[in-house]
Amino acid sequence: MADERQLSAVTSEALSAIEERFPGGAKPAEHVGLVVDPSQLVDVATFLRDDMDYVYLSCVTGLDYPEATNGFPARYEVAYNLFRTQGDSLTLHVHADRENPVVPSLVEVWPSANVQEREAWDMIGVRFEGHPDLRRILMWEGFEGHPLRKDWHEAYYEDDQKPFRSRFPAGDPSLAEEHAAFERNVQYPEDWVNDGFLEVPEGWKSRAEDAVYLPLEEIAAATETELRTDKVVLNIGPQHPSTHGVLRMVATLDGETIHGLQPVLGYLHRNHEKIGERNLWLGNMPFTDRLDYITSMYNNFGYAVAVEKLMDLEVPERAEYIRVIMGELTRLMNHLVSIGFLCNDLGIYFTAMLYALEEREFILDLYEMASGSRMMCNYFRFGGVAQDLPDGFAPMARELVFERFPRRVDEMETFLLDNEVFRARTTGIGILPADVAVAYGCTGPLLRGSGVPYDVRRAEPYSIYDEFDWDVVVCNNGDVFDRVLVRFGEMRESLRILRQALDRLPEGPIEAGKVRPTTKVPAGEAYGRVEHPKGELGFYLVSDGGANPYRYHIRTASFVNLGILGELCRGHKIADVVAILGSIDITLGEVDR
Amino acid sequence: MYGLGIAKSLGVTMRHFVVTYLDDLKWFLQGGFGNRYTPEALPERQSPRARGIFTIQYPKEQPPLPERFRVFPFHVVDPETGKSTCTACGMCARVCPPQCIWVRRGKDPDTGRPAKEPEAFFIDVSICMSCGLCVESCPFDAIKMDQDFEVAAYERYDSFLWGLDKLMKPQAHDIALHPSDYARDQGD
Repeated sequence: MADERQLSAVTSEALSAIEERFPGGAKPAEHVGLVVDPSQLVDVATFLRDDMDYVYLSCVTGLDYPEATNGFPARYEVAYNLFRTQGDSLTLHVHADRENPVVPSLVEVWPSANVQEREAWDMIGVRFEGHPDLRRILMWEGFEGHPLRKDWHEAYYEDDQKPFRSRFPAGDPSLAEEHAAFERNVQYPEDWVNDGFLEVPEGWKSRAEDAVYLPLEEIAAATETELRTDKVVLNIGPQHPSTHGVLRMVATLDGETIHGLQPVLGYLHRNHEKIGERNLWLGNMPFTDRLDYITSMYNNFGYAVAVEKLMDLEVPERAEYIRVIMGELTRLMNHLVSIGFLCNDLGIYFTAMLYALEEREFILDLYEMASGSRMMCNYFRFGGVAQDLPDGFAPMARELVFERFPRRVDEMETFLLDNEVFRARTTGIGILPADVAVAYGCTGPLLRGSGVPYDVRRAEPYSIYDEFDWDVVVCNNGDVFDRVLVRFGEMRESLRILRQALDRLPEGPIEAGKVRPTTKVPAGEAYGRVEHPKGELGFYLVSDGGANPYRYHIRTASFVNLGILGELCRGHKIADVVAILGSIDITLGEVDR
Repeated sequence: MYGLGIAKSLGVTMRHFVVTYLDDLKWFLQGGFGNRYTPEALPERQSPRARGIFTIQYPKEQPPLPERFRVFPFHVVDPETGKSTCTACGMCARVCPPQCIWVRRGKDPDTGRPAKEPEAFFIDVSICMSCGLCVESCPFDAIKMDQDFEVAAYERYDSFLWGLDKLMKPQAHDIALHPSDYARDQGD
């Protein structure tokens, strides 16, 4: 079956190159890309990186196939989405045994695999041999089970698919709390006794804290000099105003200097991907709003692009223009707000942030006018947008884009960029060299601030971005200040795109036929990615031809960018940590999913 | 010169401060105290032409809501029959992403066969995520989105489980909320 499938040009080029170097090392996968033998994975990956220019590992996804599919046996699987910086994509699949799922780790080849392999281990339970620090990342150490396995059920589990039978046809309302969560569907460690009353064995100790602190002690020991000094462990967060949510950072300090720092994630984890597998394809659209709740429109955009790839849908021109207008308004808003919050972290207090939020209000007004909601827009549909723009939209948008926003961006620049205090706090802080940034899979302003002119809108144009005249903004120093400069530059470029889009906005239909909410999506897999304001947002979707996604994985920029945080902070003062974190620009809704 | 940048920043802050008061003064000179909160002033002060900082004295004043603004669904009652046009097909319950809709189909009292109306219909608005997919998918336009967002209560459970008695609202309510939608439907 799989061999007869038409491979894309890039994939067959890679296949023949691999075949030449490693005979029998790869074969075509079920839907897209190649299946690589685990024993040769590291060699093939190194070859692809060094000789074939696949320098950028975007997404690592764990998959669970309890049944055999299309000639492939029941298995666990890991999918790697590789890219060249020009945009060519290659997907590698590695199959792992169901009894003992182990695959070699690719952290040595692409350090960006680090956090994502940890996520795959946590969620699917595939062990990565050779991973330097294979711990759970979203769940806590000591959690039983792997939540994204098909046989794992959450505490309030009702059904594999919506609608739950209690909703329709039974129609008998009851509260989730009444379903006695602690008697069903909760897995405990084996030595725990649960006969109505949960008994924790004597001397039981959570492994979670040790797992966090012990590696830091090792780092501290490794950096010991002749003069022995005590290191202090400091927890920043999860309840801390400058962590942008519930991020916890554990730092070892020597005086005020950071020795080692690692982010501890998962405090906002809600198993978004499992919820996504229960939902209808369209039902995930409002859930994507809640990923990065600052930029809900762009999350919609990414999901729509990915599903349209699967469904092979054409989007009418007017809808594309509306999408770009919404998307660039989002980028403008996100960058304003992120600069505002960075200032807040730096101790400029609320002034800059409130100036930013003031402008954001107008963009939210536009959203509300078009979609009916200020933040949770749910505006995109497969093959178009939900509703046409209302009458008042274009005049207000024009007034903002042509008159108000350019002035406000200039004003913000006057306000910050010459300010000596702001410069002293941001220049030379958190320097990220270009090669490290690429290796760690950093994207967005973080990457472009380090001098890499990589933008998905240019590298792999989606929607109609190739029809507009705009530039990729790059700065070369890679410090916090340059990331701010990149954001200012991108706001200007967004305004440029918006001006063109508003001038040329065509008339016409806004949806490519009516896609019904219960539409089934043809079997296949797709990785759709967009240039979200915070970096690359990718949706890795697998469909088995049903009304629900078989696998729904999200690669978010905030999550992968956080992998570099420890490196960036090392050697800096504790006060710089918040500046560096602010300049990475994360939203916890998207980090933890 | 060192310090010039700080002076520039302070200048921006100062300008915001002064402009806010100048704006107040403008409205004061036009109509005295309280004039800046009149229905004529508010839309102007919230528009992109606005200058300075503005505050809305909620709940005394409320900014106008756009027509598409959506909060929770309600049943539209047909003025002729006095009933909802809902046929209990369950489409809304099927598409509802957080599963906050419960539908039970009624039985015809004479024949005992399923009737085309809901016997019970509940929406738990504490679960509802206000996405509006139920309205989009309803084949009979029986539900629409309401705009009443002030639903605070002293208790978390029963107050938010809305049954048909609370969900049924006259068609006039729908027309008042969505005039241009209604006009378009009539035009078709």
